[in-house]
Amino acid sequence: MARYAYEPFPYEMPPELRGGAMGDAPVAIIGAGPIGLSLAIDLALQGVKSIVLDDNDVVSIGSRAICWAKRTLEIFDRLGVGERMLEKGVTWKVGRLFHGDREVYSFDLLPENGHKYPAFINLQQYYVEQYLAERCRDFPDLIELRFKNEVFGHRDYGDRVVVRVSTSDGPYELQCRYLVACDGSRSPTRQRMGLTFEGHSFEEQFLIADIEMDESPFGSDAAERWFWFEPPFHDGQSSLLHKQPDNIYRIDLQLGPDADVERELSNETVVPRLKRILGDKQFTVDWLSIYKFTCARLERFVHGRVIFCGDSAHVVSPFGARGGNGGIHDVDNLGWKLAAVVKGTADEALLASYDRERGYGSDENILHSSRATSFMTPKSDLERLFRDEVLGLATDHSFARRLINSGRLSVPCSLEASDLQTPSEFALVRPGMPVVDAPLETKNGPRWLVELIGNDFVAVSFGNGDDPELRGVPHIRVHPKGSRLDHTGFVDVTGMALERYGEGLTYLFRPDAHVAAAFRHPGSKAILKARQRAVGQKTLQAAV
Amino acid sequence: MEKNQINLSEDRLGPHGDEFYQELLDAHEGLSLEQSVRLNARLILLLANQVGDISVLRAALATARRTAT
Repeated sequence: MARYAYEPFPYEMPPELRGGAMGDAPVAIIGAGPIGLSLAIDLALQGVKSIVLDDNDVVSIGSRAICWAKRTLEIFDRLGVGERMLEKGVTWKVGRLFHGDREVYSFDLLPENGHKYPAFINLQQYYVEQYLAERCRDFPDLIELRFKNEVFGHRDYGDRVVVRVSTSDGPYELQCRYLVACDGSRSPTRQRMGLTFEGHSFEEQFLIADIEMDESPFGSDAAERWFWFEPPFHDGQSSLLHKQPDNIYRIDLQLGPDADVERELSNETVVPRLKRILGDKQFTVDWLSIYKFTCARLERFVHGRVIFCGDSAHVVSPFGARGGNGGIHDVDNLGWKLAAVVKGTADEALLASYDRERGYGSDENILHSSRATSFMTPKSDLERLFRDEVLGLATDHSFARRLINSGRLSVPCSLEASDLQTPSEFALVRPGMPVVDAPLETKNGPRWLVELIGNDFVAVSFGNGDDPELRGVPHIRVHPKGSRLDHTGFVDVTGMALERYGEGLTYLFRPDAHVAAAFRHPGSKAILKARQRAVGQKTLQAAV
Repeated sequence: MEKNQINLSEDRLGPHGDEFYQELLDAHEGLSLEQSVRLNARLILLLANQVGDISVLRAALATARRTAT
């Protein structure tokens, strides 16, 4: 299998420099990484135009973010690229955890049945960006991708933002109503604005390598994930080995704070070290990088008409894959809100709920990744003793396995505390939680619940009953197992949907597929009131 | 409770496991090794009293002792 062929995206002279009028879009996005491209697609699905500006013209060099979690894949499904990612990605099942030479335990990641997407897949960031960029091309009137267009300044006039851009053909300006900075952990936008990025930096250095290798290191064709504490093949604290598509293996080596970067990156050091892990298998090194990490966030993600999304707003350690996934969760939360504000169907105040909801999510991600970092990098002899004894007990004691922390995988945070949701104590899927998938049957074949929800508010009733009369809110009914299929209905063939949501309950989902409210006796007034609340309006007005 | 019914393996902390572990490390932060050993001694005595069941404590002592090398 040939390794990834990087194809540069074409640069075109911007219309402003060809004598055209100053570009004017509702939204300008800085950064064509996974976050910026996803946001452009999400806005396009809402009918909102954006211009995406990027200083570069290729996808991510090296695999970088590779673990895409279930909720993120469901968001990608809504954006129209989930199935392609699932097909290309590697889904692993068996994980093995070692302490030195000793295998502490292995586990089989048996997913719960009845979900379209697995717990997560491994897929290199360059594929994710390529698929997203290609999906953007499906919206030629709504998404304009401008590569080799570097933003070097902006000015917020209170009702619009003027963005200053430099190209090889000279500088120009364009205007937008909102500017979204998806320009990464070193965000030039954030730096230009002089915003404090508060948090904690860690001294440990990590070497990450993409290795191309035909023969599996796992002793079978099954994709596994191997994690070592105090690995026998180098003197650092931890290592991780897992598989990506195209027979590329990702190796992460924790090197410690004093490692000499140049020496570690040299072939004389890297190749013998990899041979100690991989034995005499033939391999080639595709990409190498050394990094340190920080857990930090902006105090606020919305500054006037400039909004921060993804790594520009918050960064975490890589343990738990909460960086890339957390950024996509930001997009999911921001897309429909920004579109509603731009279209005038919600007040600007709705954007403050993005700051609150994702601020909460970001704190949760920072907390989990900081705890994982604590476990993985003991700061004192005593911390090391505790860590080693947990690993020792884990062989025979399942409680100790639960304490081993090599990263808690990204899971969606609950937005239950947010005031957009209407509390509903009896709901099995609580307001604030994202959609829980289930297989359904229709006259035209099987569908997944996640495919039916998103991009608009929708009310879903589980079980038989009278449909509420709703103005402006689509309604779906999931009929119990055994119901006769008519040409519009959905049937819960396995019984999982009613089991997961509760028979007789109706749920109102937000456009980002989070539950806004649940009802035992859905009246149209209660549902419309919950919908108004979910767009930040306290009083009941005519549906817009 | 008969000795062979004592299950020391089962997880009883659930989602609070990570919280407890972090707070345990935080409690030791900045202490010398001797101060930490003393903290652990106090902690064991407090927890033993809470467990309150001598057969469980004996099983825990035996397990902890067995893995000592």
